[in-house]
Amino acid sequence: MNPLIELKGVAFGYGSFNVLEEIDLHLHPGQFVGLVGPSGAGKTSLLKLILTLLTPGEGEIQRVRPDLRITYVPQIETVDWSFPVTAEEVVLMGLDHRQNIWPWPRTRERKRAREILDRLEIGHLAERHIRDLSGGQQQRVFLARALVADPEVLVLDEPTTGVDVRSAENIFHWLTMLNKEGMTILLTTHDLNMAAAHVPWVVCLNHCIVAQGPPQEIFTEEILGDAYQGDFIVIRQNDLIFVQQRPHPHGLNEVLPDPVEGGLPNHDSVEKIV
Amino acid sequence: MDVLLAPFQYEFFRNGTIAAVLVGGLCAMIGVYIVLRGMSFIGHGLSHAVFGGAVVAFILQFNFYVGAVSWGFIAALLINQTVRKTTISADAAIGVVTTASFALGVALISRYRRFSQSFDAALFGNVLGVTPTDIAVIVFVTLAATFMVFFFYKQLLFTTFNTEVAQVYGIPTVWIETWFALILAAVIIAAVQIMGVTMIGAALVVPPITMRLLTDSFHRLMIYSTILGAVTGLIGMYLSFYVDVSSGASIVLLQSILFCIALFYVAKIRNRRQLVETPVYGPT
Repeated sequence: MNPLIELKGVAFGYGSFNVLEEIDLHLHPGQFVGLVGPSGAGKTSLLKLILTLLTPGEGEIQRVRPDLRITYVPQIETVDWSFPVTAEEVVLMGLDHRQNIWPWPRTRERKRAREILDRLEIGHLAERHIRDLSGGQQQRVFLARALVADPEVLVLDEPTTGVDVRSAENIFHWLTMLNKEGMTILLTTHDLNMAAAHVPWVVCLNHCIVAQGPPQEIFTEEILGDAYQGDFIVIRQNDLIFVQQRPHPHGLNEVLPDPVEGGLPNHDSVEKIV
Repeated sequence: MDVLLAPFQYEFFRNGTIAAVLVGGLCAMIGVYIVLRGMSFIGHGLSHAVFGGAVVAFILQFNFYVGAVSWGFIAALLINQTVRKTTISADAAIGVVTTASFALGVALISRYRRFSQSFDAALFGNVLGVTPTDIAVIVFVTLAATFMVFFFYKQLLFTTFNTEVAQVYGIPTVWIETWFALILAAVIIAAVQIMGVTMIGAALVVPPITMRLLTDSFHRLMIYSTILGAVTGLIGMYLSFYVDVSSGASIVLLQSILFCIALFYVAKIRNRRQLVETPVYGPT
């Protein structure tokens, strides 16, 4: 099967600083791929190269067809939250503008937008301004904008940043459902535990591809230590993998003042509260 | 009723009113995109750049519109390309390109002092000087700008909201931004006669920010802002006629007063809402 997107020997940099080197990557139809790596590793740059927002310095990026439908959910920090748009207006932006030359949406376009918002359980918030939504709801609005375009490939940049654990779990659950329906998904994430639980193929990146494969093979102390230049603990229990950066060797009680008494805490005060 | 109808017996008032209503609405409509892109200074800057072009046209004995249009388009494209292709921010690019152009105009005026008086109208707006040619230009630019906003409404909205993401969704953002820059330059040139170089910036910015206080919906902001611009253009003309002040100043002052009222109204509503929502704790 031909890959939908193929990167061969791709390198990219800003001026003399090389962000990415020797990237060889295939994205096959129906794949669900998670890009992980430390901040500044080049994850967002790699997504932007795939989206043709950046041009590689070396190598080539091929798409299976020039008209391959790719949609993008950007990092939530890039959104102007004061911009006067409702959730529904944001979702309608994702529609193919060549299909309707009039400024107002057709009834079936609004219906489609509502269906997707309903599916993501935020249909009742369609008329709300985007600033008035919670972090999880905002992420779902931008996911809905990507889905309304009926993409073959869905690209997401850190879709769970700034959302609580339950909302993050829901977002990964929806992405898994979409992937099971045949959608190809590529995302970046800093949430290694969510990636371990939901993403079937993980690419570990730090300027170059450190390793790629199923999470059971990639989330090891050695590979994560290499990629993040840190000391990791990986715990495996039944089918689950838990990843934690080993804390620095100082105790919390030695550093933090007691928030209740205002003085320095000791074990007695902790026991007393308990 | 006489107060309202009496000024219309004068041709200059009829011409001026048509121009002021169209220019007021036009500036307010285009201004929505400018404000939302954080480029509020561009109207002020481009109007100064156009002034430089007008002076050069006068010296070389070209038609005013030829000089102003070519100068305005070049300045708009230079700003657009500088922002797109370098790390220089929009306000800095506007400052450099347009101030240099204005400085050229000032330098030429000081060199050829004999005609400096002729540029008072361009600087401060003069309703008496609106000719049928000016009205024809304003109507043409209004139609062109309205056509673009109407048929490229969704593309302009997405590009203004997030240019980079819009590109991924197949919007030709470079094309859209270039055309928008050209339309903006045309709007400023068309508005110079009625508003004056020094007042155009406010006419572009004040109606959108006033209505932004009152609505959170983009399409409503577009409609309300355009109506506010056109209505203040009309009332500003009456003020200009009866109080005997320049048309540009009276329109902008009226818009500024309405902005203050909207600001006061929104602050009052917010305070009232906070009072209702804040629970009061105390002895029961």
